[in-house]
Amino acid sequence: MAGPGFSGGDFKHEEQVFLGFTRTQLIAFVLMVVLVVVSPFYFYPVFLMKVLCFALFACAFNLLIGYVGLLSFGHAAYFGMGGYLAGHAAKEWGLPPEIAILIGGATGAILGLVIGAIAIRRQGIYFAMITLAFAQMVYFFCLQAPFTGGEDGIQSIPRGVLFGVFNLNSDMTMYWLTAGVFLIGFLLVHRIVHSPFGMVLKSIRENEPRATSLGYRTDDYKLMAFVLSAALSGVAGGTKSIVFGIATLTDVFWTMSGEVVLMSLVGGLGTIFGPVMGAVVIITMQNYLAEFGAWVTVIQGVIFVLCVLAFRRGIVGEIGNWLKVRL
Amino acid sequence: MTTTSRRTLLGAAATAPVWGALPYRSARAQAANTIRIGVMNDQSGLYRDLSGPGSTQAVRLAVQESGITQRGVNVEVIQADHQNRPDVGSTVVRQWIDRDNVDVIVDVPTSSVALAVNTIVRERNKVFLNSGAATSDLTGAQCSPNTVHWTYDTWMLANSTGGAMVAAGGQTWFFITADYAFGHALERDTGAFVRQAGGRIVGSVRTPFPGTTDFSSFLLQAQASRAQVIGLANAGGDTINSIKQAAEFGITRRGVRLAGLLVFATDVHSLGLQTAQGLVLTETFYWDLNDKTRAFTQRLGPMPNDTRPSMVQAGCYSSVLHYLKAVGDMGVAAAKANGVEAVNRMKAMPTSDDAFGEGSIRADGRKLHPAYLFQVKTPEESRGAWDYYKLLQTVPADRAFRPMADGNCAIARS
Repeated sequence: MAGPGFSGGDFKHEEQVFLGFTRTQLIAFVLMVVLVVVSPFYFYPVFLMKVLCFALFACAFNLLIGYVGLLSFGHAAYFGMGGYLAGHAAKEWGLPPEIAILIGGATGAILGLVIGAIAIRRQGIYFAMITLAFAQMVYFFCLQAPFTGGEDGIQSIPRGVLFGVFNLNSDMTMYWLTAGVFLIGFLLVHRIVHSPFGMVLKSIRENEPRATSLGYRTDDYKLMAFVLSAALSGVAGGTKSIVFGIATLTDVFWTMSGEVVLMSLVGGLGTIFGPVMGAVVIITMQNYLAEFGAWVTVIQGVIFVLCVLAFRRGIVGEIGNWLKVRL
Repeated sequence: MTTTSRRTLLGAAATAPVWGALPYRSARAQAANTIRIGVMNDQSGLYRDLSGPGSTQAVRLAVQESGITQRGVNVEVIQADHQNRPDVGSTVVRQWIDRDNVDVIVDVPTSSVALAVNTIVRERNKVFLNSGAATSDLTGAQCSPNTVHWTYDTWMLANSTGGAMVAAGGQTWFFITADYAFGHALERDTGAFVRQAGGRIVGSVRTPFPGTTDFSSFLLQAQASRAQVIGLANAGGDTINSIKQAAEFGITRRGVRLAGLLVFATDVHSLGLQTAQGLVLTETFYWDLNDKTRAFTQRLGPMPNDTRPSMVQAGCYSSVLHYLKAVGDMGVAAAKANGVEAVNRMKAMPTSDDAFGEGSIRADGRKLHPAYLFQVKTPEESRGAWDYYKLLQTVPADRAFRPMADGNCAIARS
C-alpha cells in the first residue's frame, strides 16, 4: 500500500521533543489547540462541533489506512451504529451523555472486533469489499430494526447533564465537551501511532511478510488496530448524535464511508493533521455552500478531482512535503 | 523539551488571550420590523423539481401578494439545500435561528430532516411551516405548537388513494411494498382504508429496499392475482421503476389500474404520459384544477426547467401568505417574539388563497383542505403541455385528514 500518499522517504530526521511530537508537529498541535479554543468565539459552535466529530472520525479512519495500510470501506457502520446506540442510551435508557458516548465507543469496538476478525484475513481490494459488505448488513439492520426508527431515525435525543454538573443544552458547554473528546481522541491516535505498537503497525504497512518473519503475529496487530479505529469511530458517532439530538440512516449509509475516505484523501493520508484538515474542508463546503443549492455536489466533485490531480499527498501532505517536515 | 520549542510554545500560548479578547462576533444587527424567512429543501437531489428553487419562487410571490411590505415591514427570503441529510439540515436551521435571526422555516421535504427541524424550531420558539415532508408524525406523536403541516401527509394519501379508489371502482387490491418501515406503514394504512370502503386485498409482495431495480417478477405476480388495482407502497426511484416496467408489460392497458401512493405531478412529467397513463394518485393541488389555481400559476410566472408548480410549492406559497396575514394582524414584534403565539394566530384565522381555496388549521397543526384523486391522462386525452390529470374523486376537507383524536398529539389533548 505504500505510495506517494504516505510519509517517509526524504524528510529530514527530527527529534521527538514532546509526547512523541516532533518540533514542527508540536507547533502545529499547539496552533490547532489554540484554534479549537478560540474559534467558537468567531464561528458558529454547532457547526464547529460537527467539524470536530468528523475530524475525530477521519483520524480514526486514518489510523487504519495511513498507518496500517488497510482501506476499510465500511467505517460508516461503526460511526452510525455508535450514534444509534448512544442516542438510544441517552433517550430511552435516560443515561448521562458521558456514558452514552462511551456506549457509542463500545458499540464501535464490539462491531469492529466481529467484522475485523473476519475482514483482516484478506488483503487489498478483498479486505475493502468485505468491510463494505458488512457495513451494508449493518445498514439493512438499521433500516429494519424497530429501535432505530427506520428512515425517520431517532429524534429528540436529549443532550443531558455532563457528570451531573454541566448542562449541555448550552451550545458552548456542549462545544467544550466535544472539543475535549476530539483532543483526547486525537492524542490517543497520535500516541498509538508513535508507540512500539504503532511501529509494528507501520512495519506491517511497509512489508507484512518481513514483519511476520521477525516474529510478529501481524493478524493480531491488524485486528487490534481495527478495533481501536472502530471504537474511536463509535465515539465520534456517539458524540455527533448527542450534539445534534438525532441519529439517522445517513450516518450508516455507504456514502458516509466514502466521505471519510474523501476527508482523509483531501487532508493527506498518513499524516497526523491531514484528516482534521480534510474534515474541516469537506464539512465547511457542505454547510457554507448549502446556499448555492445544486452547486454543492458539483463544487465538491471539482475539489476532489483537483486534489487527486494536483495534490496527490493531500493538503497537509503537500505542505509537509514543501516544508520538508512531517506533519 | 528544547529551548526553541518552549519559546514557540509560550509564544503561541501568549497570543491566545489576545485572540480571545477580540470582540465576540455579535449577531447581525437586526431591524425590529424585519421578518426573515428561511426556505430549506432539496436543491440538488430527488426532490429538486418537487420543491427546490420553485418553492423559493412561490414564497417570494406570497411575500409580494401579502401586501405587508407596503405597510413598512421588511421581509427577507433566504434559502438553503439540506441535501436530504438531517445533520446538514439541522446545522443550517440552528445557524439561521441563532445567528441570522430567521423567524420562520418553510418547506423541508424528507421526513427525517423535517422531524429534526421540528424539534429545533420548538426549542427556539420560532415557526415551522412544513410543506414538503410526508410523515404524519408531525401532527401526531411528534406534534409541536410551533409547527403547521400544510400540504399533505401519508395518512391523507393512503386514505384518499385507498378509500376513494374503491369508491371509484377499484375493488380488489394487490400491494407491491418496499420492505422497510415506511413501505409497511403505507401498505398497512392503505389496506385498512380499502377494507373499510368495502374493497378486498388479494395479496402483497415485499421488494428488498433499497436496491431493487427489476420489478418484473413482482409485477407479474401482481398481474397473476387478477387484482383490479396494484398499489405501489413505495417512493422515489422504486415507484418510478415499477411504473416504467408496468408500462413495458402493458399491465395498465389490460385494464389493471396502478395506484401510486407517493407520486407527484413532477414524477408524472419526468415519466411522460406514454408511460404514466392510467396511473391513479392523490394530490391536494393541481395547477389546472380550476380558474383560481390557473390564475395562481399564471402569477407565479415561468418556473425553473419550465415546470408547473407542484403541490409542495403551492403549499409554500399558501402557508407563507397565511403566516404573513397573521403577522400583519398581531404585529411584527409580537410575531417575532413568540412562535407559538404566531402559530396560534394562524390557527385562529380561516385560510383563503388561490392555490388551496378556503381552509383552516387544526389545534394539532394540521392544515385542512380537500384531497383530489386523479388519474393520469392518456397521450390522446392530453391537450397540451402539463395537461396531465383528470379528476376522479374529491375527498372533502373534513374527511381528507386523520381525525385529531387518532393522532395521539399531546398539544391537541390539553
